[in-house]
Amino acid sequence: MESSLLLIQLLNGLQLGILLFLLSAGLTLTFGIMDFVNLAHGSLYMLGAFLCASLTLYSGSFVLAVLLALPLTALAGFALEKIVVRHLYERNHLDHVLATFGLILCLDTLAHLIWGPAGIAIPLPDTLNGQVELLTGVVVPTFRLLIIGTGLLAALGLYLLVNHTRIGMLIRAGASNRTMVGALGVDISTLFSGVFALGAALAGLAGMLVAPIAEASIGMGNDIIITTFVVIIIGGIGSMKGAFLAALLIGLIDTLGRSFLDDLFKLLMSTEAAETAAPAVSAMLVYLLMAAVLAVRPQGLFPPLSR
Amino acid sequence: MADTTMQQDPPPATTRRRLSWTGLFSLLIFLALAILPPVAFYSGHPFWLDIFTRLVILAIAAVGLNLILGYGGLVSFGHAAYIGLGAYAVGVPAYHATYGGFDLIASYNGFVHLGLALLVSAVFALITGAICLRTRGVNFIMITMAFGQMIFYAIVSLETYGGDDGLTIDVRSEFPLISLDNPLTLYTVCYTSLAIIVFLLYRLSNSRFGLTLQGARSNEERMRAIGVNTYHYQLIAFVISGVICGYAGFLLGNFTTFISPEMIDWTRSGEIMFMVILGGATFLCGPIIGAILFIVLEHLLSEITVYWHLPFGLLLIFSVLFLPGGIIGAVSRIGGKKGQRNG
Repeated sequence: MESSLLLIQLLNGLQLGILLFLLSAGLTLTFGIMDFVNLAHGSLYMLGAFLCASLTLYSGSFVLAVLLALPLTALAGFALEKIVVRHLYERNHLDHVLATFGLILCLDTLAHLIWGPAGIAIPLPDTLNGQVELLTGVVVPTFRLLIIGTGLLAALGLYLLVNHTRIGMLIRAGASNRTMVGALGVDISTLFSGVFALGAALAGLAGMLVAPIAEASIGMGNDIIITTFVVIIIGGIGSMKGAFLAALLIGLIDTLGRSFLDDLFKLLMSTEAAETAAPAVSAMLVYLLMAAVLAVRPQGLFPPLSR
Repeated sequence: MADTTMQQDPPPATTRRRLSWTGLFSLLIFLALAILPPVAFYSGHPFWLDIFTRLVILAIAAVGLNLILGYGGLVSFGHAAYIGLGAYAVGVPAYHATYGGFDLIASYNGFVHLGLALLVSAVFALITGAICLRTRGVNFIMITMAFGQMIFYAIVSLETYGGDDGLTIDVRSEFPLISLDNPLTLYTVCYTSLAIIVFLLYRLSNSRFGLTLQGARSNEERMRAIGVNTYHYQLIAFVISGVICGYAGFLLGNFTTFISPEMIDWTRSGEIMFMVILGGATFLCGPIIGAILFIVLEHLLSEITVYWHLPFGLLLIFSVLFLPGGIIGAVSRIGGKKGQRNG
């Protein structure tokens, strides 16, 4: 019984990790290549969720909605880059932070105006709404497996794109020296817009995958963006591999901490004390991990070599 | 990552003309803040006194953040945590004094609250600062943000103190001779605190300590090369900055008598930062102007529409794009051009 619970929680942790990776991949791309800090990345996650929710209710098909919402989120990212973000590349990080903070306020309020203050739940088709018994006693919702599968596919696709295509080569070249890439005749401006749109689509995808479980709501991006920051800090800012491993690590530690920490504490202290301390400590667990990693390695676990 | 320290003009202390100019300006602001609120209160508009009280408290927090942000050139995005810690240092002892338990700190005594607020924020600043300051630039921004959010989640998970719903402070901090229940007394305390803190920071920024801090902002490697341990200076500045914000939180808790994790959310940190930057980070009174602007905008815009965050956000984006150096920066640029023409 205990081990099946552990297995289910491991899967939940894996799922959170995958979602965090989809979010941190976009941030890593924009930071690695454009040296741009995007606080509003969480708003794109929210946008993806809302677009998907609207389209699902309109078309009646969740899968169709995802297929439509993905390019729409990418388009939104593309437009944001063209209108606001590109004017900030030459500025310092403080300006990035302030301007994208303003962007969050705008996007959150716009979402509020369009979709109203309440969240929107997404109904799942019956095929995805069932449960699967993986092993005896280990029953998991099908959709959670779909999230993990989709996320891993996206990660694989991203890996292939960055490491084995011409566009990926340009992205890597841009990350190590963007001025030189521009001087060699590559249209840097379009490359940047494209990368930003790709990041937006990945964040949007994460939002679409979460929405059927948690519903699309205002401010959902602002909660998760900080955890995403923790992921890329631990992984080493600008490193895709670091982001992937750290995302899984954080996902697992956060989930396992929330489910098993109180049992662990009960071994060490009185039940009453454990029940007070465990929620607080498990809420802080990923931050404590971040502090511990930074105390030993300020540059993160897998800092990119070129920086 | 060389561009992460803010490229700004040297601080006002180095040029006599600007010092007197901004000095006059800050004097005017302090004069207005001394006269307007009591006038508003006695002429039957106590509502305005509340706004001014909030303004002055936010100004204290902004001035505190500016020590590390403007003078230190270190972009801390987690300062709302200190405000929250300060506010909960009022709420938690008062809660236990009312409902029992935790005898060590249970008290209505203002000195206990104040001491706790300063101590907790100092300790938190020392621990997190020691870790954060090992990094620079974007890492520093994100890490301070993450530590701030850590406090947010920790307080959300503390069901005893209301968790998400917050905590009502039934009894304000009790001090001998004065009562913070009187709104005018509370305002006077806040105002005097702001004046003292600004004066102390003015002295500090022109001291050896302050100049070293600013030197580290301009060129950290050079400061290290001439034998200065910049880490220690920045850590001390980080702690002072946190303690000032903790003090602001202590006042805020006594002012609102309701505290919730919402006041620690990272978007609150963004608002304080907005005040510092919009007002002008390299000037001591810049953050106060920023706080005034923030309050004015908040009230003007929220009167026009409930969706006031939209124009506010647009304004923030525009001011970053077109108004580098904040309001004071823009004004002094105009002044600077005139000066060049005359000189």
